[in-house]
Amino acid sequence: MNLQIFTHFGKFILWQKQIFKRPENWSMYYKETLRQMYDIGIGSFPIVFLISIFIGAVTAVQFAYQMAGTLIPRYYIGYIVRDMTIIELAPTITCLVLAGKVGSNMAAELGGMRQKEHIDAMEIMGVNTSTYLILPKLIGSLVMIPVLVCAAAIIGIAGAYLASVPTGFFMDDEFITGLRSFFVPYNVVMMFVKAFVFAYILTSVASYQGYFVRGGSIELGAASTRAVVYSNILILLADYVIALLLTV
Amino acid sequence: MIRVENIIKTFGKQEVLKGISFLFEAGKTNLIIGKSGSGKTVLLKILIGLLHPDSGSVWYENNNLTTSTKDQLRQIRLQCGMLFQGNALFDSMTIEENIRFPMDMFSHKTAKEKLHRVNDCLERVSLAGINHKYPSEISGGMQKRVGIARAIVLNPKFLFCDEPNSGLDPKTSITIDNLISSITKENNITTIINTHDMNSVMEIGENICLLDNGYLAWQGQKEMVLSDQSEVLHDFIFASPFLQKLVESAK
Repeated sequence: MNLQIFTHFGKFILWQKQIFKRPENWSMYYKETLRQMYDIGIGSFPIVFLISIFIGAVTAVQFAYQMAGTLIPRYYIGYIVRDMTIIELAPTITCLVLAGKVGSNMAAELGGMRQKEHIDAMEIMGVNTSTYLILPKLIGSLVMIPVLVCAAAIIGIAGAYLASVPTGFFMDDEFITGLRSFFVPYNVVMMFVKAFVFAYILTSVASYQGYFVRGGSIELGAASTRAVVYSNILILLADYVIALLLTV
Repeated sequence: MIRVENIIKTFGKQEVLKGISFLFEAGKTNLIIGKSGSGKTVLLKILIGLLHPDSGSVWYENNNLTTSTKDQLRQIRLQCGMLFQGNALFDSMTIEENIRFPMDMFSHKTAKEKLHRVNDCLERVSLAGINHKYPSEISGGMQKRVGIARAIVLNPKFLFCDEPNSGLDPKTSITIDNLISSITKENNITTIINTHDMNSVMEIGENICLLDNGYLAWQGQKEMVLSDQSEVLHDFIFASPFLQKLVESAK
């Protein structure tokens, strides 16, 4: 069991080399990449929007509760919500959610193709399936997930504003002043670094689980679950490592 | 032609193929037959490079598949076409897109030339005019024929068919067999069919290899099947009580 982890890790690393091969036909890869970008970006926007707006709103309301009766200046709410959203909530929560939505979808799609012999059929045609099936997904994720994370940050801050200003928790100028205070552009860089790393993790782990699936529908379900669980664990681990590397 | 030499394949402790050597000839329909679990599918997968043998070699004319690199293997595969047992047609693509897929990937033809070739292939399998249907909208027999059309679209030198008649009625099976046989003759293809369908054996078996328990138990042509005294062959051919009764009544 323990040794299997090393086997999978080794296989995963060797497989990465297969993914980054020269495409057989650029236009086919281009079309497939656009399809993936649409699926990942447009397809995931509604759930990202919904989650971000509520997380922003809840963060603002919880901080209002925490700050009640303290000497902390009230405009800090905008500052805290902004930095928490940019540094942590937008990249991490968005990618954890995307691991569930996009990751399980990728694992199921590739696993289904494996079981229906579509991957074997492509191999026999001479297609490098690791490249053709995975590279467009990786490029699609690496382009669209940072965009989604950026959108999530903006929507999260908007959600915080909507939950705190119109409801009377804070004044408009208090929130905006906080939002404009102590801004460090490096935090945005950190957000994008996290978004890129998490996008790579969730796409490659989910694809690995789907691509190498064996057996029937039960195994496919298990692979899809593993794709989400392993992606989430690795995203949280990477989050900690990035925090250490970029802030300490 | 494809030549296999002393192929051995083991899964865990189970030895599935125990030293198979055979010559699959060009321009003929070569059949791999045998009971379920005799190693037919494993041999076919080794022939097309989806499995690697523990020892032995597979020669595509003068190219050794077993020692080839991934890029060499890809070059060999560009000369192959395959019809899968479950057809393996891409569900999200139309019939035209399915057949065009290998050309889109590997040929530099114009869109018009590709369409022309797709229509040629569809006509060859008597399915002209179904370009815009999806695989789910046509019958199992038609799906097999689309699978054949896709397999031959790049004019392969080697054609592999895994259980081409499974799930088909006897009449459609004969149509598929005759289609594969005539395509083989027209293009001088080395066709290898993995089957346990007795009609296929008697109709198109020009070069037959019978596997039994991992060994090559018998080889010959369809004309030799009924007269040969091989016990393993006899057991396999006359496994059906109906056939046994038919032979007894004929006697």
